[in-house]
Formats: sequence, C-alpha cells, structure tokens
Amino acid sequence: MTQIDPAETFRLEAQDVLEQLEQTLLDLGDDLDDMALVDGAFRALHTIKGSGAMFGFTEVADFVHEFETAFDRLRKGDAAPSGELVRVALGAKDHIARLIAEPNAHARAGVPILDRLRAIVGTGIQAEAPPRPVDAATPGNGPAAGDASHGWRIRFRLPEDALSLGASPALLLDELRELGDCTVLASAEDLPSLEKLDPEICHLSWDVTLLSDCSRDAVEDVFLFVEDGMQLDIAPLPAAGPRSDAAAPAGPSDPAAPPAGKTDRAGAPPRENSSLRVAAERLDELLDRVGELVIAQARLSQIAAESSNPSLMTVTEEIERLSAGLRDTTMGIRMVPIGTLFGRFRRLVHDLSAELGKDVDFVTSGEQTELDKTVIESLADPLVHVIRNAIDHGLESPEARAKAGKPRQGSVRLSAAHEGAEVAITVSDDGAGLDTDRIRRKAEASGLIASDATLSDSELHRLIFHPGFSTAQEVSAISGRGVGMDVVSRTMDALRGRIDVDSQRGRGATVTLRLPLTLAIIDGMMVRVGRNRYSIPLSAVEECVELPPDIAEGSRGRNFLRIRDKLVPFLRLRELFGTQEPEDLHQKVVIVSTGEQRVGLVVDQILGNTQTVIKSLSRLHADVETFAGATIMGDGTVALILDVANLVRSGQRFETRLRDEQTKGQAA
Amino acid sequence: MTQHARDIDAVPAGEAMRALTLDVGGEVFAIEATSVREILDMVPVTEVPNAPAFVAGLINVRGRVVPLADLRVKFGMEHRPPDDDTRIVVFEITLEEEPTVVGMLADRVHTVCDIALSTMEPAPKVGMRWRPEFVRGIAKHDGNFIIVPEMNRVFSTEGAGTANSENETRAG
Repeated sequence: MTQIDPAETFRLEAQDVLEQLEQTLLDLGDDLDDMALVDGAFRALHTIKGSGAMFGFTEVADFVHEFETAFDRLRKGDAAPSGELVRVALGAKDHIARLIAEPNAHARAGVPILDRLRAIVGTGIQAEAPPRPVDAATPGNGPAAGDASHGWRIRFRLPEDALSLGASPALLLDELRELGDCTVLASAEDLPSLEKLDPEICHLSWDVTLLSDCSRDAVEDVFLFVEDGMQLDIAPLPAAGPRSDAAAPAGPSDPAAPPAGKTDRAGAPPRENSSLRVAAERLDELLDRVGELVIAQARLSQIAAESSNPSLMTVTEEIERLSAGLRDTTMGIRMVPIGTLFGRFRRLVHDLSAELGKDVDFVTSGEQTELDKTVIESLADPLVHVIRNAIDHGLESPEARAKAGKPRQGSVRLSAAHEGAEVAITVSDDGAGLDTDRIRRKAEASGLIASDATLSDSELHRLIFHPGFSTAQEVSAISGRGVGMDVVSRTMDALRGRIDVDSQRGRGATVTLRLPLTLAIIDGMMVRVGRNRYSIPLSAVEECVELPPDIAEGSRGRNFLRIRDKLVPFLRLRELFGTQEPEDLHQKVVIVSTGEQRVGLVVDQILGNTQTVIKSLSRLHADVETFAGATIMGDGTVALILDVANLVRSGQRFETRLRDEQTKGQAA
Repeated sequence: MTQHARDIDAVPAGEAMRALTLDVGGEVFAIEATSVREILDMVPVTEVPNAPAFVAGLINVRGRVVPLADLRVKFGMEHRPPDDDTRIVVFEITLEEEPTVVGMLADRVHTVCDIALSTMEPAPKVGMRWRPEFVRGIAKHDGNFIIVPEMNRVFSTEGAGTANSENETRAG
C-alpha cells in the first residue's frame, strides 16, 4: 500500500467538488429560480468547509464559511439569486481553488470578494449557520429519495488508521449536530484489553440519532472525506416517534444487533460512479506493456503458422484472442467522456459573453462520447481558440444581429459524436460566417497567395489556419492576435486529426475537429516499396487500385489518375524515398484521404492488414516529415508508418500546380 | 543511467574514465562505459528514406525503436559493409535535454578499460582530419592513440540535419 498524503486527498476531492460547484453556479445563472441549485451549491460549500477544517486548510474553511453564509441566506429566501451574485460566486470559487493550491499566499485577496458577496445578499458577519429551518424545504430540495422521514439513524465506525490519517470523530459529530438535533452514543464493545490497546487505532464506533429533515446526501456528505474503508449505515428513522427507542423500529436496519448490522460502505446505496483514481503514468505503462504483448503475440502467431503444429496453433489462437481482449480493455480504461472537458467551456463562454457584451446561448451535446484521456487533455487549448473565435469574430453584436433579422441572443453549439473510427467535435455558431473577401485580401497582403490565384471558398477558409494569419481588424485581448487558429491546426496534426471548416455568409460557421479514437494502437495496411515495408493507417485508406500500365509507363510529369470521373493526384513512393531496387511489374495505388482531399500512393505490393503499435521517432529523425512514427512487426523488424496528412499535402501541391497550368492554358 | 549519460562529457580531471573501446573505420574510439546499455550483434536495419546519412536506420532493441548511427559519416570515413565482427553499441545520450537511447555501428568492440584522463590531450586545432568540435580529446592507452568523441555534440540534431552534408561529401 502506498501512503497517500491526506492533504493531497483533500486537494483531489476538493477539486471535484469545486468543479461541481462551478457547474451548479453556471446552471443557477441560467435559471435563477431553481432553489435545488442553491441547495446544491450550499452543500458543496459545506463539504469544502468541513473537510478543509479537518485537513488543516483553515484559510479555506474561514473563507468558505462566509461564502456559505451568503448561500444560506439565499436558501432561506432572505436574498434572491441574481446574475451579479453568480458572477461574484464564480470568482469566489476561483479564489478557493487558489487557496487550496497555494496555502498562505492569497488569504488577503479574499476580502474584497467577501465584501461584494455580503453587499449582494445583505449579510453582516454572521455566526454559525443555524440548523436547517423547516420552511426552507422547497419541493426541489434534496435530490435523494427517501427524504420523507423525520431523521436518520447513523451508525459509523472509522477505519483503523483514520486517526493517524488526521480524521477527527469530534469534527464529524459536530457536523452532524449542525444538521439537526443529535443523540450520540459511543460504543466501546470492540475495545481490546489494555495490553492489546493501540492508542493510534480508533476502536470506538458511534450510533447517532439525528432529528432533521435533511436529505440522505447531506448526511453522506459529512463522511465524504473519510468514507474509504469506513463502515457507515444510514437508515431513516421511522416517521412515528420523535426519538425512537432502540427496540422500536423493525425492518432492514434492525438495531438489536449492532455489530451484525454493520454494513460496509460498498453495501450502502450505490453511488452513481464508483471509481478509482489511478496515476496516468501507470496507465501509460500498462498500455506499453500491452503493446509489447501484442507484438510478441504476433511473432508467436507467425511461428505457430510456420510450424503446422495443431496444438501450438490452438494455444496461439487462444492467446491472440486474450491479448486482443486485454488490449481493448486497456484502451477502454483510458477512455474518458468528453463532458469533463465541455464543462470547462461553459465558464469560458460565461466570462466572454460578459466581457464582449454579447448574449450567448451555449449548448453542448454528446458529453458521453468517450475519447482517450491524453487526447482530451490536448484538445482543451484548441477548443478554447475555436470557441473564442466563434464568439469574438463569429457572433455579431446584439444590435447588428437585430438589424440582420436574427434573434439578439447568439448561439454557439459544441457537440461530439463518434463517426466510425473517429470522433468529430463540432463548434458551430449562427453568426456572420467567415468573410472570404477579407480573408482573400489579407492573404494577398501578407503574401500567402498570389493575387491571381484561383481558390475555392473552402480553400480560402483553410487559410485561417495558416500561421500568422488573423483577420481581426483590431487586436483584442481575446482573439485576433494572429496566433490561435494555427495552434489549432498544429495540435490537430500532432493528434493525427484534421479540421474541416464550413461557413455560410450571414448564417454562421461550423468548425469540425476530427480525431482518431486513440493514439497508441492503430490498424495499418502494410505495403512494400522496393525491399522496405511501410504501414499506412487503415482509417485513411479509401481503396486500392492497380496502376494502369499506360500511366505507369507514361510521362512522369502527369501524375494523375482518373477514378470515377475524378482526377486524383498520385505520388510514386519509390521516387519520394529514392528506392534503388527495380519496380514490380504490376504496381498498386493505395488511395488515402484526409477529409475531402485524396491522394494515391504508388507501391510495389500490398501485404495486408496488421495491428500497429505506434512508436514515436527520436529527435534525430524529427526532420523527416513523411513518417508519423514506426512500429515493430511480427518478425521483429521495424517498419515506418506513413504520415498521411503530410503526403496528402504534397499531393495537393501537385494538383494546385496542374490546375493553375490548365487555367493559364485556357486563358491563352 | 540517465545521470551517467548526462555526465558523459563531465568527468572530473585527474581521474580515470572507464571506457568501452571500439574500432570504427580503422581508428580506436572510446565511449564512457557507464552510458552503454548493451552491445548487440548485427540485426536487421530499417532504412529511413530522406533521413540524414549519419542516422539512416532504425533497429528494434527489446521492443523499442532505436535510431542507428554510423560514426563514419561524421568522421569522414569510408563506408564498409558489416561483417562477423560488426556490433551495435546501444547507449544513452542527451539530446535537447532529453535522454535518448541510440545505437552505433562498430567494426569491432574491444574491451572496457580505464583511461587515465591525465594522458588525454585536447584535439589539435590543425592537422586533424575531423571536425575538432566532435573530438573531446586524444588519449593514450597501451601505446595506442584513442579518440574520445564528444558524443552529445556528434549527435546534436543540428549536426544530424543538413549541416553534415559537408561530411557526407567527404565520406563519399
């Protein structure tokens, strides 16, 4: 067992609670009348205060106490929630995060925040929040079922090492007392004889009868930070008597046999998410090992196939199945719903709409879509840029919108969905759309394109991802610094993803980021060029055709294939790679694509499909752009993985050149 | 390992350097023994098209993809096909502050010995066939001259990129 710093546990848990608080506050901002949200925020604050004090974060506890007092007034109806309050409360939430991250550094910064809070809800410095008054129980109060009872019978026993980890039974009992009138009985029946007594171990258990109309959640929250390994049994008090005699209640929680009645936390009502925190590096390590296993298994399969030993082949197939299952499970562990990321943007939009004076309706969908955790982390920055752009450049001011006959409130939609082996993340707005004329002028002015170049709208749209490109006429603090969209483009390249832009003047723009599901293992198509083998990511392969002999022999300058009435440029990999060996008689063309762009790759032979564990190339090969990485094949040799995006770009350059020649030819 | 690798060029004076000696292109080279991970027999090498000639290949070292370097390119020596004595020395260097495992071709690997640093002389500024920044010093051991290369500089990506074309022509 690794010893975990209790303060670190608090930090992690508090981070979760704070995120939840932020979401609750933002929800409250959308619906100021929802008292259940006020209650939710109050509970979150209460949890942070209690555990903060328990783990020695007194600054946090002091600050949150005042914060909580303000929300208590809201709960009681002494003050009404307002947009201003939500804004200040969000600031206060950020301050709590700072206090937790760097204790003893920010305490003073909290004073003005609290002053504003007090001004809004009209509190003086108040003493302890009184126990919940009955009249606060609005219908929306308390999300948990089973609130009908008049109180709770709580039996708990702390884990043996709780005291040495800093938990304090007295504080827990104090918190319970805050919820209502408590009768506390300590049980010493597990107390060992004196010679066996270890003063650091908690031998006592408690039996608390709590008279309160609070929800089960409120009681559970008291134990939030010590729940691992503790025994906790919460049962509703029968509605009849105010103070139940031990023998009176019947039913599931028979108090006649307290030791037998112990319920492990696992047996308690199921929490929505029973989960485990694991360091990301450990998962990476696991995935590396699984990757090695997949390679070793491929070698075994090859040997077994050569041996024609039936029992060896049976075992090999079994192992193949097992390792495939293990691989899928391991990948599954790394998959995280993208909703964790979306949550952060609500705050961004909230702040931006206040700053820019634009009313924004921000709608997210597809939060359950799962993606590799590392991918999600690296998506945060690009999405910030795209959303900022949508709000800053895309959406017009409310006045301009009204003039254009649109609703004053602009709308930005963020959605995620699986599309085959890819995930598509879409940001769409109903703003002015991209101004292709302005993009064109700007691109010509900065020398990105020639003044007579023929570019389609979608090619013009793509220019916004060019480094150093920005059409914002004024440089603002939010966007328009000319950096940003090219960062998006770079990140997507690194993630082997791509960007599509779709825009209609006056109707809005849609930016779609497409990403592979995972970064670690891909299906690849093995091809041979000369005596070298290369892997092409299968997700990019559209089809394979034979290179027509007339084209194969024809002029080297016209590298185009006609496939179903469309011209597809192709690259001879052997020319690109400087292959010395003579070429095969019947050359094949593998058509690969990214989005709408396609390019054919001429190879000597197509060898088949394999699972490919991607290994990145060292810095010594950072200059070699045609390869995305390398992989180890079944026979133990190394094969390079082609960088399709890069190859398509080179193919695209061919195409542009040809089209320019054609246009000039027609003009002449 | 990492620590040692970082120290490859920083052995205090007055001490001995424990070094692995090997032949490349008819000269004896010495590399810090503590940075060496293993010595392999020749394995299949995958060529990387359009890569610098100095690191034109990749090999599989226990499930890792490792670049294979040929010192001959940097030292302007003639290419020679591998034979029974050819070995691959796998060692760790620091590239842009990141420890990186690389393989290096050796015509023959001799032994691990202690080289007294007092016998090591700085590379002469004139009259040497090699670029002086690649050579940390020339040591004497058992009556032979041993070249102690400045590995981190030999492998630095600037040198591995286009800047080594001069050497490649000399090698050709």
